Amino acid sequence: MDNIAGTKSSLTWAVNLAVLLLVVLWTVPTAGLLISSFRDRDQIATSGWWTALSASEQNQMVRAEGPDAARRDENGIWVISGNVFDGGEGEVSAFGVSSRAPTEYEPGAVAERRDSRISVAANGDYRIESDEEPSGSRGTRLFVTTKMPPSFTLENYRRVLFSEGIGRSFLNTLTVTIPATVIPILIAAFAAYALAWMEFPGRALLIALVVGLLVVPLQMALIPLLKLHNSIGIGKAYLGIWLAHTGFGLPLAIYLLRNYIAGLPREIIESAKVDGATDFEIFMRIVLPLSFPALASFAIFQFLWVWNDLLIATVFLGNNEEQLVMTGRLRELLGSRGGDWEILAASAFVSIAVPLVVFFSMQKYLVRGLLAGSVKGG
Amino acid sequence: MEQLFWATFTMVAGVFGCVAYFFFSNMLLDRALPPRGPNAGRNINRANALRPWLFLFPAIFVLGAYLIFPVVNSVWLSLNNPSGTRFVGAENWSWLIGDGKFWESMRNNALWLIVVPALSTFFGLLAAALTDRIRWGNLAKSLIFMPMAISFIGASVIWKFIYDYRGEGQEQIGLLNAVIVAMGGTPQAWITIPFWNNFFLMAILIWIQTGFAMVILSAALRGIPEETVEAAILDGASPLQVFWKIKVPQIWGTIAVVWTTITILVLKVFDIVLAMTNGQWGSQVLANLMFDWMFRGADFGRASTIALVIMLLVTPIMVWNIRNAHREAR
Repeated sequence: MDNIAGTKSSLTWAVNLAVLLLVVLWTVPTAGLLISSFRDRDQIATSGWWTALSASEQNQMVRAEGPDAARRDENGIWVISGNVFDGGEGEVSAFGVSSRAPTEYEPGAVAERRDSRISVAANGDYRIESDEEPSGSRGTRLFVTTKMPPSFTLENYRRVLFSEGIGRSFLNTLTVTIPATVIPILIAAFAAYALAWMEFPGRALLIALVVGLLVVPLQMALIPLLKLHNSIGIGKAYLGIWLAHTGFGLPLAIYLLRNYIAGLPREIIESAKVDGATDFEIFMRIVLPLSFPALASFAIFQFLWVWNDLLIATVFLGNNEEQLVMTGRLRELLGSRGGDWEILAASAFVSIAVPLVVFFSMQKYLVRGLLAGSVKGG
Repeated sequence: MEQLFWATFTMVAGVFGCVAYFFFSNMLLDRALPPRGPNAGRNINRANALRPWLFLFPAIFVLGAYLIFPVVNSVWLSLNNPSGTRFVGAENWSWLIGDGKFWESMRNNALWLIVVPALSTFFGLLAAALTDRIRWGNLAKSLIFMPMAISFIGASVIWKFIYDYRGEGQEQIGLLNAVIVAMGGTPQAWITIPFWNNFFLMAILIWIQTGFAMVILSAALRGIPEETVEAAILDGASPLQVFWKIKVPQIWGTIAVVWTTITILVLKVFDIVLAMTNGQWGSQVLANLMFDWMFRGADFGRASTIALVIMLLVTPIMVWNIRNAHREAR
């Protein structure tokens, strides 16, 4: 509608560019962590993830072999030789012989010292020549700057899944999420049908109540419910968190489903009534199947919300091995391994992966639900 | 694995339980008040009066226990001592008024309340308006929308990496500091700079919520009657004028909904602050302060008081929502 009569926008270029900029801004943070999760621990710590595809430079100190073991006499000159990579691969781009000037010499150059001449070739071969016989068990220190070829690894994922407890937490999160997503739907669907199609006193009041409860902050509920759970013997267990998520998800579920069910064509429901169907039959045979899109919308909401929740899980579940969910584990890792980005990145992506898959495969329903329920505040 | 089995079992049991409850309660009602026989008319009327409550009972029960009871109970707890055993009157409230951390949280929450909804809505509107005009708009939308699926704690990890700080002279692995250094600036430990760190935390929530604003506003923009836009263009309005003077005024209602929705979310923001700074360096917010008193302080009285403050702040929006819903229903 913007391209009518002569307005075919001269701004198209600018618009494309602006959107590109927005998209880059919005995806780069995630991309950075994703790329990092496949990088080697040392690489993450020494270079930015944006250099992941180019060879990275690294400064390191290596010791040449000890003179006692490796010295050789070559025509009156004592020689110690070897390779700084010790059999591995790499490329030396600079070297030095003191920690004050670790990149003083080009590969292949000769560093003159008081009693010896040292050279390191680009392929890592070093040669230390001295006129007098060297002795001692400790070798000379060599400082080399090496180019590491870009490399990617799945090691981080293997590590977090099997030894950092993320695998276990993944199962715990699933355990919380499955019932907490499905149970509220049924309870809400019956209530929504009653609120949409049955006449009874107090209906308007109940609808207003549901809308009001949509925004009640969770913080209100934490302490009273924790006390309640403790006093009726649920304590910190899965049953408690299933019930809690059911309770907190209900207002949105009822609200979304009522709006949808109220919009179903009146004729269908009335003709079923005329044919003698009871409300229960109408609900199970007609309303429920017809409401599938709304049910799917809510299910996705609730799934994402429960999967990503940290607060309720922290309060209503313990933090032992059997109960710590992924968000909780991630928080713990942030505290205890704050600098180990390879662990954090891989863990974060294990926990993000499932919601992202759900998000991209069911986006249609999510958007529909958002549009129908934008009163709710998450 | 055993756990998953129990989870699935609970789910199936729950679903069957629900269906069984509804089925049998309805059947009982039909038995007790049969819609035939001498009193058929009276029975049908009575059954119709009772049936809605059968449908509603589980929902009302759960809502009552998990949302309404806590609100009432919190008021009582806020008037009690830390363990909730002795009535102390307004002691918690007077403590709150005099507490420095509380006012710091209030100030920060106020900042969050202004900045996050404003910028999320702005970027959302921008993204919605721009993506509607280009061919790869849907892909762009998907990508901007994506952070919605990421947990706050996951987003915190992502952004902590962006803000990562290494001492001056070292290679910066955090994107922000790397950019600053490349432009000739000095690297900073962003999240420890008092006051300004709030804005770095807000960026995370804006990043998450922009997609939400964009989706809603995009739908609203598409719903604008074409005639109004065409008329403006025929009258010689420039694209910018069309946008600001024709389109935006027609979607004020939706903008307000987006704004209030994000506002409510902001009042409850917790995970981000907990994960990034845990309220240190002057970045405390109400929800995290409440959590702090509940867990570390083990003071249920004070924690409930803070929760009530959040509730009070939400109340105006709640009333506004109820009024709107009421008007729409009529």
